[in-house]
Amino acid sequence: MLKLNQQSISFIENCINEDKDKKGPLKLILHKIQNELGYIPFEAMKKISESINIPISDIYGVVTFYSQFTLKPKGKNLINVCMGTACYVKNSENLLNNISKITNTKVNQTSDDGLFSIDATRCLGACGLAPVVIINNKVYGNTNTNKDYEKVLKELISNSKKVEDNYEKC
Amino acid sequence: MERIQVLICAGTGCTSSDSKLLIDEFNKVLSNKNLNTEVRIIQTGCFGMCERGPIIAVYPDKIFYNRVSINDVNEIIEEHFIKGSYVERLQLHDIDEITKEKIFNLDKLKFYSKQKRIALANCGLINPEDIEEYIANDGYLTLAKVLTQKKPQEIIDIIKESKLRGRGGGGFLTGVKWQFAADQISDEKYIICNADEGDPGAFMDRSILEGDPHSIIEAMMIAGYAIGANHGYIYIRAEYPIAVKRLEIAINQAEKLGILNTELFESKFKFKLEIRLGAGAFVCGEETALIASIEGKRGMPISKPPFPAVKGVWGKPTIINNVETFANIVPIIKNGAEWFNTIGTEKSKGTKVFALGGKIKNTGLVEIPMGTTLKEVIYEIGGGCSNNKKFKAVQTGGPSGGCLTNEHLDIEIDYDNLISQGSMMGSGGMIVLDEDNCMVDVARFYMDFIVDESCGKCTPCRIGTKRLLEMLNKICNGEGNIKLLDEMEELCNFIKSSSLCGLGQTAPNPILSTLKHFRNEYLAHVVDKRCPAGVCKNLLLYKIDIDKCKKCSICSKNCPVDAISGIIGKVPYKIDENKCIKCGMCFNVCKFNAVVRG
Repeated sequence: MLKLNQQSISFIENCINEDKDKKGPLKLILHKIQNELGYIPFEAMKKISESINIPISDIYGVVTFYSQFTLKPKGKNLINVCMGTACYVKNSENLLNNISKITNTKVNQTSDDGLFSIDATRCLGACGLAPVVIINNKVYGNTNTNKDYEKVLKELISNSKKVEDNYEKC
Repeated sequence: MERIQVLICAGTGCTSSDSKLLIDEFNKVLSNKNLNTEVRIIQTGCFGMCERGPIIAVYPDKIFYNRVSINDVNEIIEEHFIKGSYVERLQLHDIDEITKEKIFNLDKLKFYSKQKRIALANCGLINPEDIEEYIANDGYLTLAKVLTQKKPQEIIDIIKESKLRGRGGGGFLTGVKWQFAADQISDEKYIICNADEGDPGAFMDRSILEGDPHSIIEAMMIAGYAIGANHGYIYIRAEYPIAVKRLEIAINQAEKLGILNTELFESKFKFKLEIRLGAGAFVCGEETALIASIEGKRGMPISKPPFPAVKGVWGKPTIINNVETFANIVPIIKNGAEWFNTIGTEKSKGTKVFALGGKIKNTGLVEIPMGTTLKEVIYEIGGGCSNNKKFKAVQTGGPSGGCLTNEHLDIEIDYDNLISQGSMMGSGGMIVLDEDNCMVDVARFYMDFIVDESCGKCTPCRIGTKRLLEMLNKICNGEGNIKLLDEMEELCNFIKSSSLCGLGQTAPNPILSTLKHFRNEYLAHVVDKRCPAGVCKNLLLYKIDIDKCKKCSICSKNCPVDAISGIIGKVPYKIDENKCIKCGMCFNVCKFNAVVRG
């Protein structure tokens, strides 16, 4: 099993110490860890359990209940395709399939090379621009006519290839 | 004082259309031209017309420019700010139906003239990240008056008289709810603002929080004073990063100015406000689930009573109101219950904000008086269906609501009218569907959502909705029969009557309302094995009409699987059904309507 590095462990401990005396601290701590590390490692659950005295099974229950908490690390580039009603009736399913094809990543999964994670998400509230995709926190709207997102994805792919090439040369 | 103010929308819609870059560009060019003392750039909340974003408004001229790009900045500054003539090609306008002249006056634009902005009054007018602007607009004045001149019971009486109903969907009388909590004797009470806006297609709460966060803080404080609570939580979706950031800024500023977290006047009233983030669970919009989530547990509902007003967060009396409900509080206290009662219908007073979306020309946010007809909203404010397609239905109330059709367009929008027609107000999503949308597929979409979001606590919702989804999948795949429709309806009624919380009790509504109003479409799926709207792929068949085919080969060139054969200019083209994957590409590219779908 992979071990967390010291930096992550001290981050987790800091989060716990900051919030453990607040009322209902569990979700506050989990949010911080998810934001920083991109997932909730098992060690984090163990540490939380020990310091706030909640059984680890309960923590696991909370983590798996909410879709924003994940047990596995996400890919380097995060793609959220909105599946809210306004986007759906404007064919966001096509958008999702297209992105899945371009990035060679299955929906709601991370690609084998760890480059992309695709999530079919709930309404992002940008209904005026449907259908919408968010790539690394930037929103691309009106994707039926505006294909900027395809360019961005292709750039991300070719950039990562360049990095690999350099790596090999070294 | 500067001579021109430029308001640039920084809501989620316009930010997605790069309004942030626009703000930077304006500031850069203005300072290059040494105009930054004459022209001020202010970021504001949502103007409502998200689809035309980014939108900027220039005051005092009252000129709106839409779809402004960075390349337009120089021209606007040169032509408008320096020379004083407007950049007409960017101006937001209507075209007069009779004279065909362009109408630029904002108050006469159809999109705005039918609206009445109470909850959204400050959105698009003030900088949400600056408490001074809110205060300059009489912000926190109502709170000060309440604390110095009114007793808590007087506040509750005003809210009761106003007949304000909860804007989150249920429509429960806000004043009655407050009275419940006020009557409880407890050492501590809580106010919660429910900003877990999970209904797909609804974004009014987000826009209010992004555009006018202080109005919510002020209203929560008034509510706290009225029921005797000193502590508040805003439970907001983590999917709304801009709104969260603005709220954090607003709370910080209010704390610094000694509004929050300080004893105010002689009342000794002190209010503490905290943000709690949702983590992506739709069911947390339900009151008891929301409370569990704030306490750091799995967001699962519990049975009521006891109601949260008696036993809520940490076991203490708690008021939970929706963002839009809170946005109405300050105007009601300021102008009086009588004023509020002049707006709306007999049983639903005031206005309601709707998020217009789907296949409609003017997508965006609109606030209308209760009693406005669906027709006025869709055709006059919304501008009708986009791309000249035929209107088919309008979906209100999100996954708990239903679809209304052409024949319902004349009903006046209020809580009771929508429910009597098998839909509901919900939080205010209004999605327009056109002839290209399959109603069975729409019902399936919502059921898929519910199955995913059901918390799993009670059996009818956990297993029943899954069975419903399987039935709908069968129908969409052409494996259904007439008997299945009756079975589905029966199961819907079981789930409605036996689920624990509102999510399960309303989950079958999208199916029931489409079954009622679009039974023919279901029948076409199960009897003729045909999808009239051409959405359900397994039921589609593409053919080329030999008489119409001009042998141009465009269909064949675009076919991704080489299923179309023919010879350019000589032999008409033909689709090989065995190879066809029904992607619809040929149908879309044919300029002569020779490809038929059926």
